Amino acid sequence: MSLGWTDNQTPFPNLAASSEAFKRVMSKIQIEGVCKTYASKTGRVMALENVDLTIKQNEFITLVGPSGCGKSTLLKLIGALIRPSRGVLLFDGQQLLNPTRDVGIVFQEAVLLEWRNVLDNVLLPAEILGLDKAKSRARAMHLLDLVGLKGFEMRAPRELSGGMQQRVSICRALIHDPSVLLMDEPFAALDAMTREELGFELMRIWDTEKKTVVFVTHNISEAITLADRVVAMSPRPGRIAKVLEIELPRPRTIGMEFTPQFKCYSDQIREVIYHGAGATRQ
Amino acid sequence: MTTDATVLPEEDESLEPASSSVKAIVGSTLTFIAMVVLWEVLVVQLKIPGWMLPSPSAIADAMIDWRSELFGHFMVTLYESLVGFVLAIIISIPLAVAVVYSPILQNTIYPILLAFQSMPKVAIAPLLALWIGFGTLPKIIIVFLVCFFPIVVATATGLTAVPASLMDLIRSLSASQTQTFIKIRFPTAMPHIFVGLKIAITFAVIGAVIGEFVGSENGLGYLILVSTSQSRTPLAFGALVLLTVMSILLYYGIAFVERIVVPWAPRN
Repeated sequence: MSLGWTDNQTPFPNLAASSEAFKRVMSKIQIEGVCKTYASKTGRVMALENVDLTIKQNEFITLVGPSGCGKSTLLKLIGALIRPSRGVLLFDGQQLLNPTRDVGIVFQEAVLLEWRNVLDNVLLPAEILGLDKAKSRARAMHLLDLVGLKGFEMRAPRELSGGMQQRVSICRALIHDPSVLLMDEPFAALDAMTREELGFELMRIWDTEKKTVVFVTHNISEAITLADRVVAMSPRPGRIAKVLEIELPRPRTIGMEFTPQFKCYSDQIREVIYHGAGATRQ
Repeated sequence: MTTDATVLPEEDESLEPASSSVKAIVGSTLTFIAMVVLWEVLVVQLKIPGWMLPSPSAIADAMIDWRSELFGHFMVTLYESLVGFVLAIIISIPLAVAVVYSPILQNTIYPILLAFQSMPKVAIAPLLALWIGFGTLPKIIIVFLVCFFPIVVATATGLTAVPASLMDLIRSLSASQTQTFIKIRFPTAMPHIFVGLKIAITFAVIGAVIGEFVGSENGLGYLILVSTSQSRTPLAFGALVLLTVMSILLYYGIAFVERIVVPWAPRN
């Protein structure tokens, strides 16, 4: 964030330093100059190029873009499941090197354990982290109630529909009360109606359980409906093409999709995604 | 509160396959009876000599006459099959775990296992007889050898069948290797292991018979060899019937254990 001075010329060095510190306190996740390259048969492939993004506490961020734009790679970087080739990621102001228990993850597939009932599936992270059994159980029951699965605790996952399975996997991601929820196209495998329904349900959960959410999708409407800010990404190499503040009032409704404002947002996103317009960074 | 309306009603799901499986059982039983009757009629009408192809009734007579001998030989073959099979389980599963967890073992042991598997077991049998003699031990070793490979492969496949996203989830929680193995990998492998066990158990009886053919003093394989050489064909057929029954019972025994241990496994 240079304002025209180079660092050693800054007139108020202390002020500059403290504002930098202030920014780090306010932000939940800070991504600075992150690149990710993968080795492939034809050489090194740039999956992400020079990504800068600051995600605020309790912010709902959606990452949207076509396949190959590196949105899932970025999510994995935030989850510390992979390491950046260059650049740093800060989590609560600390450099992120290993996975932190302060993160819950939801994938496209619910990947529930077939040999466990719904309740025990939700409890899996609590078991691994060695959390208090009685408290975790109570919280699991509360979360299942929250997503409308009260009474299904003892069912086997295979008895549930895809939408219900995904609700269980959301509960599993929330059981250890992480402050960050990472969602990798969580509703992409569901039919359109279930998808819409779950989107609104997620916003309701987000209202009661305040979390910082990073939500990956390739559906532009979904990205706008859910987000505080939409991060539009473009492919080859994957980079942030535009960051869009969504100023639609909350709670969001289905009707908003037909407002001129919504259309304006989606046009802007389409523009940068499809024409690969020059990377406009934050 | 909204909930997807599609909770599969269990009755509907289980009713139809049940009635169709009853139909299947009735159908195959009738077909079997028809074949036996046809066999009986043809043998009698065409006057086929009993030493060449005995009629079903002649086989039944021989089985009743020789029931105590048949029972003794049955138990010997069953014993060889089961001991070899259990031995294969005890050694194969830990070995598969070691292979999956150690890339070095994977690169060194796996090719050797494959070479062993490619070796025809019938050809090893005479060598085992030469080295260990004609007791039950060489038969148990052959059973072990034929059962071993399918179980190792199935277990190794199962242990690596955990979906990548589930592994990511487990890693994000910094789960230990032990937790990952006990809570995720091994249960995921269980249905695969049972597929391997079901293949292995059918090989087990074949392995025992091969061992008995090469050299022994008892067992149903030995009985077949001796009775055919003495033209007591109905008795040989009786032994064959018992071998088939044994194989089927062992297979369904494993399938029964599977239903109890891994009720979530897909049914075929």
